[in-house]
Amino acid sequence: MTDTANRDGQSPAKALDADTVRRVAEGKHADRSRLRRFLRDHRPAVGSFVVLVVMLACFFVGNPEVFSQWNMYRAVLIGLPVVLFVVVPLVYVVTVGEIDLSFPATIGMAGWVFALVVQAGYDPFLGIIAAVLTGLVLGLCVGWLVVYANLSSLIATLGMNFMLRGLIQINTEGKSIALVGLPKTLTFQIFGGQFFGIPVQVLWAMLFVAICSFIYNRHRFGVHVHMVGDNPDAAQQMGINIKLVRLKTFAFVGLGAALAGVAAVMINYTWWPTSGDGYLLPALASVFVGGTAPWGGIGTIIGSAIGSFTVSFIQSGVVGAGLSGFYVQFFYGLIIILSLLGHRWNQVRYR
Amino acid sequence: MQNRIIELKDIKKSYGQVYALGGVDLHVDQGEVVGLVGDNGAGKSTLIKILAGAVRPTTGEILVRGEPVSNWNAGRSREAGIETVFQDRALAVQQTIIWNIFMGRELVGPLGFLKVRKQREEAERLMREIGFTSKVFGPSSIVGQLSGGERQGVAIARAMYNQSDLIILDEPTTALSLTETAKVFHFVRQARAAGRSILFIGHNIHHVFDISDRFVVLDRGRVALQATKAELGSAEALVRFMEELAHPGGAGVQSTGGTV
Ligand SMILES: Nc1ncnc2c1ncn2[C@@H]1O[C@H](COP(=O)(O)OP(=O)(O)OP(=O)(O)O)[C@@H](O)[C@H]1O
Ligand SMILES: [Mg+2]
Repeated sequence: MTDTANRDGQSPAKALDADTVRRVAEGKHADRSRLRRFLRDHRPAVGSFVVLVVMLACFFVGNPEVFSQWNMYRAVLIGLPVVLFVVVPLVYVVTVGEIDLSFPATIGMAGWVFALVVQAGYDPFLGIIAAVLTGLVLGLCVGWLVVYANLSSLIATLGMNFMLRGLIQINTEGKSIALVGLPKTLTFQIFGGQFFGIPVQVLWAMLFVAICSFIYNRHRFGVHVHMVGDNPDAAQQMGINIKLVRLKTFAFVGLGAALAGVAAVMINYTWWPTSGDGYLLPALASVFVGGTAPWGGIGTIIGSAIGSFTVSFIQSGVVGAGLSGFYVQFFYGLIIILSLLGHRWNQVRYR
Repeated sequence: MQNRIIELKDIKKSYGQVYALGGVDLHVDQGEVVGLVGDNGAGKSTLIKILAGAVRPTTGEILVRGEPVSNWNAGRSREAGIETVFQDRALAVQQTIIWNIFMGRELVGPLGFLKVRKQREEAERLMREIGFTSKVFGPSSIVGQLSGGERQGVAIARAMYNQSDLIILDEPTTALSLTETAKVFHFVRQARAAGRSILFIGHNIHHVFDISDRFVVLDRGRVALQATKAELGSAEALVRFMEELAHPGGAGVQSTGGTV
């Protein structure tokens, strides 16, 4: 190999310098440019970013006046954290090869616990802790059903979603809880206020995305999630406790849903018995629009966070562009299909 | 018996009504190469999966360095110094070579975060050491892009990383070219010289005979023969024994000339 390369290097063409020869020998010829390496390593995330930019450009061309106003984007940012808190853990669950449809009810349950604690006069911080514990317990229950009772995650989590929502309805009889005093508390200032016109929740959600992305790509747990989703038999044979890894991802969805539940209450200082229901399909769509593979083993947290923004923007965007609300669903579908087509071409499924 | 690495006593494994293993005894001592042979479906892979902790035996006892073990599983097996190249390779094909080499024993800091640079360097060193290098792939290539033989190389590299006491190779050379096969045999001899043990499964009796010190023949879930190289004398003796097993009475004599 080296001989041939040297001969080439000495040929009149002088096409190959020593560095190139070494790179080719080490299999790095494709990595020469930093930018190209970045694009190759983050293809799905870059893809979902392109989708977002193209969509924003279309809206902007459609109605430049409306879409150059910050308020347009602020409106989307207010609702975004709720989505991000569930989309990120959902990427983990999808990567591990499962699905969780119970998070809307967990959002409702955890928000309810939060509202009850605050209504009873305790500090909202205690409410957040109680909500998180609720979410974790519910996530563990769902995870147990799937992992240890061996139910299909699609059906079992759907069942849990109905059952938990039913429990809420039975107990509250449809009555909401308004928390008038909430905005005055210090906890609310920290977690739900405004910061130079940006809802503070967005910053917390972005921190959450960053940490979870790092864990997903650089922590042992994240690696195990990839391995179990890719080849559970191999993971088990190599000594990974695959049941525990699966259980943890479901608990993680519970945790994320709890944060989402609290975030949802903080938007309007009110908890509704339907809280969380509207997020089921947009959150799921965001995961896949963002470039996470539906078959497990690979995914991207950053991409799915970008996908969340795309999906959240559609509704405001369509109305802002001057179209009637009847177009919203059509555009949801269009963006989802186009994104999936794009990623399909982007991601190869190795077997 | 201080140099007995592992011992299986009366291992039985049933899948429903079928007994894949019906009471097998097997042991491996330090520094020896044991050749495990038998027909397709004889139970070889089942037996080594039990050793590797990937499959639980229905009944039976496992002793590691003389001590009986409880709750034997894949993690414990690796902790005890046993590495396995499974017949199906056990690779995560959508992940990089590095991640596959360190699957289940990632190099991490105190908080569990990967030592990315260290893993990369170690993987590069390992691949260089065992001559598993190429101009088309590097340590961060995706395993799914590799050929069958190259994937096998990843599985073998993974088993070699830890300098473990016992390496189990379940048909490690089936997809390999002649030179790659020679590399595997070279490695086996090297490991043996370093005082490590090998459990080698193969269908090429001549290869297995060449490389092993002791032989175990499995037949329909039972040990049909245990013999050392000296006791057997030649590969032909082993071939004849196995043919006699497959076609009791005479048939072996007839086909001996053709096979040897
Ligand atoms: N998971 C399983 N479920 C049911 N039966 C099984 C299972 N695994 C193995 N068996 C049965 O156990 C028997 C032994 O299989 P095993 O894989 O151990 O054979 P082997 O000796 O490795 O064969 P080969 O040389 O073809 O690899 C076979 O009859 C097989 O059908
Ligand atoms: Mg086998």
